[in-house]
Amino acid sequence: MAEAQTYSFFLGCVMPNRLPNLEASIRVVLPKLGVNLEDLEGASCCPAPGVIRSFDEPTWLALASRNLALAEMSGHDIITGCNGCYCTFKEALAEIREHPRRLKEVQNIFKGMGLKFDGRVEAKHVIEVISELGPDYVRKKVTHPLKGIKVGVHYGCHLLKPTNNRPWEKTQNPTFLDALVEATGAESTEYKDKDICCGAGGGVRGSQVAVSFDIAKEKLDNLLYAGVDCLVNVCSFCHLQYETAQVQLNKELGEKKYQIPVLYYTQLLGLAMGLDPNELGLTKHMVDTQPLLDKILT
Amino acid sequence: MTDSTSWETIDNDAIDREFADEIVKSGVDRIRTCIQCGTCTSVCPSGRHTAFKTRELMRKAVLGLKDEVLSSEDLWMCSTCYTCLERCPRQIRITDAIISMRNMAVDHGFMLPEHKKASQKLLSTGHAVPIDEVNQELRKELGLQELPPTTHSNKKALKQVQEILKRTGFKDLVESQKRESN
Repeated sequence: MAEAQTYSFFLGCVMPNRLPNLEASIRVVLPKLGVNLEDLEGASCCPAPGVIRSFDEPTWLALASRNLALAEMSGHDIITGCNGCYCTFKEALAEIREHPRRLKEVQNIFKGMGLKFDGRVEAKHVIEVISELGPDYVRKKVTHPLKGIKVGVHYGCHLLKPTNNRPWEKTQNPTFLDALVEATGAESTEYKDKDICCGAGGGVRGSQVAVSFDIAKEKLDNLLYAGVDCLVNVCSFCHLQYETAQVQLNKELGEKKYQIPVLYYTQLLGLAMGLDPNELGLTKHMVDTQPLLDKILT
Repeated sequence: MTDSTSWETIDNDAIDREFADEIVKSGVDRIRTCIQCGTCTSVCPSGRHTAFKTRELMRKAVLGLKDEVLSSEDLWMCSTCYTCLERCPRQIRITDAIISMRNMAVDHGFMLPEHKKASQKLLSTGHAVPIDEVNQELRKELGLQELPPTTHSNKKALKQVQEILKRTGFKDLVESQKRESN
């Protein structure tokens, strides 16, 4: 399973336009695991599964199909580091494969545009590809085990659900990400309501900000109670939510109660591989990562 | 009017018997099997923090209270986490039902103003969350291409996206929205 693989790297919106530090960490870590990334030139918004799909499903399907078509024409499967984009591609592919008339609808829209699309391409998540390599493979790449670091793992909803269209073991308590976190030498700490939503999806963050941050606060409080050193996630939108929510909650409180560093999985793994925190974008966070870096690097 | 001795009833005019059929047609074929157990409400992350009740929304949908549902802000409380869909003992695709009703709401001009803004950004840039100056600078500092290799740095690609959004009618749909900011 260590043969070199090449994927079309789909960036989406939040990662390149709000959190390029996560993009940097994926671009530096994946090739070191034998996974090559080719830019998916000219890609657009995925578009968001709970937002644009909520407004006009056929538009969502057409635009998702265009992004998938770009990958299909390049000859590589698509890879994304965002749970939302992952959900869009998995659900769009399921829709056109289950209902051939939907594929025809999309092909009709594409007429005369030079877009060839049959829906043969596959969509994968960054963490899915790493998970296929496996924790043992990851462990072999670790040169600086993160001993004594307590991690609160956050999977995110759209990575796992709807379960009938996801590759993971059918269970309400998945462990694959915990295993990959522990492969870095860190400890995955149990905490209350681990599977709860970050509160950002479905257009809630866009239109009901207070509700959205209330939902995020619940998990942050549970993580504070568990005494974790950081939160580790695999979704650019969840990541943005947990960083911005902490900044906002502190502002409202007038004190710095919430200071849990939020790391994307490839940032954590990069540290365990001895990579420079700057290269991993760890010095560009909204919530200071320095206390965590001090604990790891000294 | 209701008082302590009269039954509270729903005016027949408020009931659209075809509303649930439309939701069924969109793929949520089991919605009429809802037994109002409330599992959906109990697992809803938004429901924990607001007065939003998924069960109520499902009941109103099955009853056919179309106008009330489509104009309600409750419809936009769902974060599409899919927990209710996973846990429903009647295997109703609840999240999909909500998305289907949202599509109908937007078709009636009820898109929220914040969502209209995001849609306009999609139309003009190809991204619902487009790049800004701060992040262009950040990308440079990180050694990344200043503009990502997306529609942001490819005019032909952006044109293609805009043509698709025109052909699907999304451009007209967004421009026709009538809900104003509070």
